[in-house]
Amino acid sequence: MNAQPTTAPGAEEPLLRTAALTRHFQIGGIFSKRTLHAVDDADLTIGRGEIVALAGESGSGKSTIARLLAMVYTPTSGEIFFEGRPLSRLRSRKDQLAYRSQAPMVFQDPFSSINPVYRISHGILRSLVLHRPELDAAQRTAEAERLLTVVGLTPAAAYMNKYPYEMSGGQRQRVGFAQALASNPKLIIADEPVSMLDVSIRIGLLNLMTELRDQAGVSFLYITHDLASARYAADRLVVMYAGTIVEHGPIEDILARPKHPYTQLLLATVPDPRAPLADLAGADRGEPPKVVDPRPGCRFRARCPVAVDECATVTPLLRDLGPRHLAACHVTQPDTAPGTTAPPQREHA
Amino acid sequence: MTNLLRAIRHNGKAAAGLFILLLFLLMALVPGLIAPGDPARITPDTSLGISGQHILGTTAFGQDIWVQVVHGARPALLIAVVSGLFATVLSVLIGVSAAYLGGVWDDVLNLFTDVVLVIPTLPLVVVIAGYFAHHSISVMIIALVVTGWSYGARQLRSQALSLRNRDFLEAAKVRGERRSYIIVFELLPNMTSLIVANFLGAALYSILTASGLEFLGLGDVNTYDWGTMLYWAQNQSALQTGGYVWAAVPGLCIALLGTAFALLNNAFDEISNPALRPVRRLRVAA
Amino acid sequence: MSPLDVTDLGYEPDRDPLLQVSELTVEYATARGSALAVDRVSFTLRRGEFLGIVGESGCGKSTLLFGIAQLLSAPAGITGGSAVFKGRNLVGLTERQLQSVRWSQISVVMQSAMNALNPVKTIGAQFRDVLRAHHYAADHAARSREVMELVGVDPVHLNSYPHQLSGGMRQRSMIAMALLFSPDLIIMDEPTSALDVVAQRSLMVQIKELQRELGFAIIFVTHDMSLVSHFSDRLIVMYGGQIAELGATRTVFDTPRHPYSAGLLDAFPSIRGPRLPLLGIPGTPPDLSDPPPGCRFAARCPQVMPACTESGPELYSVDQVLVRCLLHAPGQVSHQEVPA
Repeated sequence: MNAQPTTAPGAEEPLLRTAALTRHFQIGGIFSKRTLHAVDDADLTIGRGEIVALAGESGSGKSTIARLLAMVYTPTSGEIFFEGRPLSRLRSRKDQLAYRSQAPMVFQDPFSSINPVYRISHGILRSLVLHRPELDAAQRTAEAERLLTVVGLTPAAAYMNKYPYEMSGGQRQRVGFAQALASNPKLIIADEPVSMLDVSIRIGLLNLMTELRDQAGVSFLYITHDLASARYAADRLVVMYAGTIVEHGPIEDILARPKHPYTQLLLATVPDPRAPLADLAGADRGEPPKVVDPRPGCRFRARCPVAVDECATVTPLLRDLGPRHLAACHVTQPDTAPGTTAPPQREHA
Repeated sequence: MTNLLRAIRHNGKAAAGLFILLLFLLMALVPGLIAPGDPARITPDTSLGISGQHILGTTAFGQDIWVQVVHGARPALLIAVVSGLFATVLSVLIGVSAAYLGGVWDDVLNLFTDVVLVIPTLPLVVVIAGYFAHHSISVMIIALVVTGWSYGARQLRSQALSLRNRDFLEAAKVRGERRSYIIVFELLPNMTSLIVANFLGAALYSILTASGLEFLGLGDVNTYDWGTMLYWAQNQSALQTGGYVWAAVPGLCIALLGTAFALLNNAFDEISNPALRPVRRLRVAA
Repeated sequence: MSPLDVTDLGYEPDRDPLLQVSELTVEYATARGSALAVDRVSFTLRRGEFLGIVGESGCGKSTLLFGIAQLLSAPAGITGGSAVFKGRNLVGLTERQLQSVRWSQISVVMQSAMNALNPVKTIGAQFRDVLRAHHYAADHAARSREVMELVGVDPVHLNSYPHQLSGGMRQRSMIAMALLFSPDLIIMDEPTSALDVVAQRSLMVQIKELQRELGFAIIFVTHDMSLVSHFSDRLIVMYGGQIAELGATRTVFDTPRHPYSAGLLDAFPSIRGPRLPLLGIPGTPPDLSDPPPGCRFAARCPQVMPACTESGPELYSVDQVLVRCLLHAPGQVSHQEVPA
């Protein structure tokens, strides 16, 4: 099902890799300078032809990571490597444009991400003008129609002249994907692309993403708060909490044996109409903290059912707890050790 | 664009305002056809009342009032449109830039706008106009533009700010568009209704203030437009000597033109902000 | 425990349903005529019952809620039917008459209610406003503390401003406000949609606990079917302004009879069990200003028959469930029900 990553002789450079990626925001007025730690020390990799799900609640930093990768924000520290080249070295407009063509973004809100005064073909055509200058006007129109067909908006010629208000949320999101595909990208950053759509429509777009991965080898960074849809579409999962990555690895592995207590909590709260209600340990009432001027220690300790003294003073680092499966927790044991906590689950069919 | 035209047709205020405006436009375009004659020609038939020969009577200098009124439409519209246009351009430049550039630029431009906004306009206009020895229409236009842009700049900045966080602008940036392109081609087209409404408001302000200036004698008293007519009427004590028509009609025209602009301004406000539109009432069957 | 007395018209609490909605119809005036947002909806609600109303955008569920609570304003209006609450038809009552019912017997928790709190007043001050507006006789401060404790928020926050509380706490405060007069019915319009998953779950559990403790009925509107699956007693699935299916929650989940309900349940990828490719329900909801003849779901239905586009199916009763589908019309050979 997955495209094999290209094996270059020697090192296998992933498509995108971040190293200690950090982004802080200054908040407060002139007199009280405080720092909001939106993302701290994120090490993320995305391979070729794979869908990586980035899951977390609000304030986890997932949207900030999307904007760092899309060069909307610049990192406070750390580096992003795309095909081995650091983004901070991209100075000229030409270099930046080249990167933008390879890592476009799809936005969450279908009702505000398309300019309402133009027809929907406008964004696609502009993308072609900017990133594929070798095409002339007629070729651009033809290519735009082809892209609309790829994303399932047929007959394309009819859709080219529609205005956004004439289309539904799901259709508009498909236009967003068409726009992203216009530059023949290797990676698409999808920031909660289905969260604002009706449930019955979401599957169609998730299927589109997996199709693009399988047929065109496009990688996706799929940002979401819904673990069920992450499982449906993604190959690997990264879980974020309060600005840090707390767990990552192959998605089936994590869902079967979640290591970090936060991942276990998330998994327990995913509503599954077919299963009986899982009992939430201690009826958790907490919410993710706003991380302003934090002290060292685990940011989840206030809500963690298994926290120990060390958690309050030493920040846990990601460590190997299974095959390519890492989590940042002082308490959790690797797979081989007995007594690993996991939610009750059904037998696999 | 077709949406806009349809909206104008359906709006009662817009229709009324447009009608009045077109009437004056006609007067401005072909005054000679509607009221042939020379508005400045002095005749011995002074202070005549309404008659077949002189539809609105004559002034204290024997000039035909109706001819003056019709010929006065052109300078009035000229001042209104030209001042309105330049003032709006300034409003857009300053207001939208402040919103989109943000940060220090926003603070600086805001401060500047606020200062200009706070200065009382009529005295400032009088000072500016009085500064120039030769009173002409261009001087008046300059004075009006300099004092008339600040309110619009505030309004447009507010709207631009509310649009700034819309995803489609971020999408344009992520796509790789230059900032100038985004402001002109992505942001401004979403503000057309408000920009037009601003223009109409600036035109209204211009015509009223210009008439005020002329009434005070600071306009060119040798051109014959409505404000100047009022000046001469006052100068010759028209009201006291029974020249009621001479005193009232120019003021009425100014008010009518102003009303046309105000009606259209309101209509465009409603078009650009659906929340202001009158709510449809349901015909309850049961 | 209601402090206000309402003259009931022969209403017997033990015998009669708390709320009886019959053929309720709501229309919107649009530029092109009127759109039918709610089309002849009927259901009953007993004391202490938890009724879930599920549907996607444009199905009319929120409009239905506003219609029942008499909160509609132009261009929408009730054009037919009734909503009889404790023996009195709410439709057609004047504002003054509704005053005696509002908040003391029916209260409302809106979507994103945490943004409905006045940002310049403390929580306690807003509670006092409500208590005073409805002439609460007993001690205001004590009652405010009581309801805050009921929802699990420290009463010290009565002195806080809304922006000082987190989203979850604000939502709980809104629910506390809804409980001030121990109403018989609380109407909730997507009260958890603005919260994160973990907060959502704990809030739902809390609401269910409160209901068991205090005995009020709930009408809970949401687009997220799985959210109500463990909490509601009965479920209404709405589509195109009409009821598509109505029955006990577990029954609807285990054996959905309407193709839309089945499709909706299928559109939730499972977090456990085998990973299967899904289809969802391709297509878009019907345009309510010009609804298609026949069944409104026909265009998207995987089991559509020629008869479906001719005449709109009525609600048919099948095994204690009401289904608006020709597949279950009396006389039809009963279809093999596919378990969800």
